[in-house]
Amino acid sequence: MFVHYFDLALRSLRRNKVLTALMVLAIAVGIGASMTMLTVMHVLSGDPLPGRSGQLYHPQVNPTLPPRFQSGPISAMDYRSATDLWGAHRAERQALIANGSVRVNLPESGQPPLARQLLLTTSEFFPMFDVPFRYGGGWSASDETSHARVAVISAELNQRLFGGADSVGRSLRLNGSEVRIAGVLEHWRPAPRFYDVWSGRYLKGRTSSLYQAAEDVYLPIFTGLDMFAPMELPVHFCWADGTKITSMQSAPCSWISLWVQLSGTEAVRDYQRFLDGYVQQQKQAGRYQGEQTWLPDLMQWVEWNHVVPGNVRMQAWMAVAFLLICLINTMCLLLSKFLRRSGEIGVRRAMGASRRTVFAQCLVEAGVIGLAGGIVGWLLTLLGLWLVRRQPEAYADLAHLDLPMLVGTFVLAVVASLLAGVLPALRASRVPIGLQIKTL
Amino acid sequence: MHPIIAALKHHKTTVALVALEIALTCAIVTNALFLVGDRTSAMRLPTGVADNELVWVQTTGLDIGDNEQRPDNRDADLAALRAMPGVQSVAMSNSLPLSSGYMSTGAFRRSGDEKDLLDNVVEYLGSSGMLKTLGIKLVAGRDFLPQEHVDYSPFGLKEIPPPTVVIVTQSMAAQMWPGENPLGKTFWLDHEGKKPVQVVGVAERLLNPSINKYQGVDRGMILPVTKVNGGKYVLRVRPEMRDAVKLAIPDVLKRVDPLRMVEAHIYTDSIADYYHGDRAMVWLLLVVTGCLLALTALGVVGLSSFWVQQRSRSIGIRRAIGATRRDILRYFQWENLLIVSAGIVLGSLAAVGLNLWLMQHYELARMPLAWLASGAVVLWLLGQLAVLGPAMRAAAVPPRRGDPIMNNHPRCRSPLAGDAFAVFNSRMAGHPGSKASPASGLLQGVGGFEKE
Repeated sequence: MFVHYFDLALRSLRRNKVLTALMVLAIAVGIGASMTMLTVMHVLSGDPLPGRSGQLYHPQVNPTLPPRFQSGPISAMDYRSATDLWGAHRAERQALIANGSVRVNLPESGQPPLARQLLLTTSEFFPMFDVPFRYGGGWSASDETSHARVAVISAELNQRLFGGADSVGRSLRLNGSEVRIAGVLEHWRPAPRFYDVWSGRYLKGRTSSLYQAAEDVYLPIFTGLDMFAPMELPVHFCWADGTKITSMQSAPCSWISLWVQLSGTEAVRDYQRFLDGYVQQQKQAGRYQGEQTWLPDLMQWVEWNHVVPGNVRMQAWMAVAFLLICLINTMCLLLSKFLRRSGEIGVRRAMGASRRTVFAQCLVEAGVIGLAGGIVGWLLTLLGLWLVRRQPEAYADLAHLDLPMLVGTFVLAVVASLLAGVLPALRASRVPIGLQIKTL
Repeated sequence: MHPIIAALKHHKTTVALVALEIALTCAIVTNALFLVGDRTSAMRLPTGVADNELVWVQTTGLDIGDNEQRPDNRDADLAALRAMPGVQSVAMSNSLPLSSGYMSTGAFRRSGDEKDLLDNVVEYLGSSGMLKTLGIKLVAGRDFLPQEHVDYSPFGLKEIPPPTVVIVTQSMAAQMWPGENPLGKTFWLDHEGKKPVQVVGVAERLLNPSINKYQGVDRGMILPVTKVNGGKYVLRVRPEMRDAVKLAIPDVLKRVDPLRMVEAHIYTDSIADYYHGDRAMVWLLLVVTGCLLALTALGVVGLSSFWVQQRSRSIGIRRAIGATRRDILRYFQWENLLIVSAGIVLGSLAAVGLNLWLMQHYELARMPLAWLASGAVVLWLLGQLAVLGPAMRAAAVPPRRGDPIMNNHPRCRSPLAGDAFAVFNSRMAGHPGSKASPASGLLQGVGGFEKE
């Protein structure tokens, strides 16, 4: 029966090729535009660490002086607060994070140095964020306390400097100091760079830089502080300008993020209590004025920082509105088409077709249009994503159609065209029998 | 009731759908055009400096870790840059308009009074000759004197008081001392607001390094310093020499000190980079608007063609009873105008709603109601253009003679018959689409007429 309806639909569609093409085109353009933007949105707003993100938390405090600067907890921590909380080891795992840039070359190579991004962190960063290693591994906790000159580099930098060979144990010059390579990462592309997004809140929607590839060099934070002059690292903000800053360790500036891994609500509650206790203690000691704390999990933190670029969000909305207009357009055309065939429908009804049958036949026809629109729309989506990949945006390389979105394209096309077909099909199935017969 | 409206009542669903499509298109197109206008006008904000004559350089030393006593090359660098052919003057600055990185601070109206301050004022630090090099125009007061430049850095390793003189922008002066002459006024800097600075000049305009809601567009001040830590060298260059100078700079500076990286940029490229996202957005909006209009036009064409086909019989009758081609053309044009207008009324309301929503979520400005007119005009034109083809085809339908089906049609479904009624109204009672017999009476009458 379905095959028969399908055949009927094809015949009907062939009868008026221009109108059919118009409807298929309308759906295809709508699907193409909306799926391109929704795919970009899907890629950029997805969970960067599925399965683990629910256990990762970003504790925040407000140590600022004076309080006119900030009323709530601030996005990053000063050195003292960060290391106090980190050193207490009250979570399953904890890591400190600060970023910077560094000039990298090989000792005695004579080659000009490469400017690369640097992440200063602690040893549990790698297991906590599921960072994959190709060769070697992270540094140990004892490397950290002894300020050992060790580093981890990315697969890309390893490719560039060592042609992809196992470089563990080799030396690297960072800003002129030598470090030993402890590990080389596999290709790792967190999107966004979720552990370092606090700047998102200040970028006013221009957040595509948060989607650039992960850093190329990872150093123990204490080693890094030996190697960098004060204020060479990017700072979130300082609340005592004009005072003498002799070291990053004592600077009245927030520049370090703390991440902790906590499993279970009990652990989260305990940690929150610990955090509040720490802040109270610091306030009594006169170091803090504010007492606010916040313990968002990874997705909350990413959301709070408005990480998805404003343009991408607006484009996604526009794409949905665009699809809606395409659907209304198709609805109009289907309605005209079905009602024009009132005579034929009348004959079918007179020969015993029930309203339900006519309705089903019309809907099958709409579905066929949707399927055709889906195929063309899928091609347009591929074209659209190709155009997005050619944009000079940090997230450009991420714009690929994954399986869920591919299936989504066809589901959306068919469902949308069926929805567009319901009203016209209902009207067609209500065509009175007798009247139409008389006109023949 | 006017026959066109009466006729449209037969196609309530279709008409409603078309009007809805027009309304949605209208709402989106109006807002999209407004956004395009908003962004392009933002992109045309004057920077207050000589955009087309600037090249800037950033350098970084290589061996910071090993060699903390980096030689201070800045005087040698400046001299080397000044000696380059095509370079008119060189200065150091911590930042440039639209170069993203900025410093900002609070300006205290009374010493140490935290409650009386203008917060988030952008700080430009410039070495001697910065105003001349950048081409910043003063509307009042004077440029800094050479001896007024001090060795100051807000986050420096050494504690040095800030300069005692300052040049403010007009908009900072207006917010700091509304309606007063800013020249000679004193305000206080530093986190405690204890360091006085006196205004010696007012700059016409100096755009912020980054335009945002905290620092606004050009609320800023210039402080005279001798050297700028981590700053940029800015070169005033004859426009046609910019490329050559940019290419030559790395070698010139590496002759002074080879152990560093040098990045030179043409300033207009930096401005283009800053607005990259806005430009991409404008193009996207224009493409979407174009696609939407094309789609809506196609919809109108498709539907009008169908109506023309469906009504060709009635058109023939109308022609037979005396309607001219022009009447038929006008009929379809008026019909389109009516539907589109209905859509525009609905769409204008939706456009205002959409604008309010965008204002909440994207810090967009309120759309002046005059913009609604732009959307309306675009859609009216679009509707008329789209209907022209089908309407001309309708007008080309020849007058009808001897139509067999007209004899016993019990119900007049054709909307154009309504107009036929209008013609015959004085003679016959009836209403288009009514099931009462007068309709068939008319049709029989018409049939009779045709038999003659």
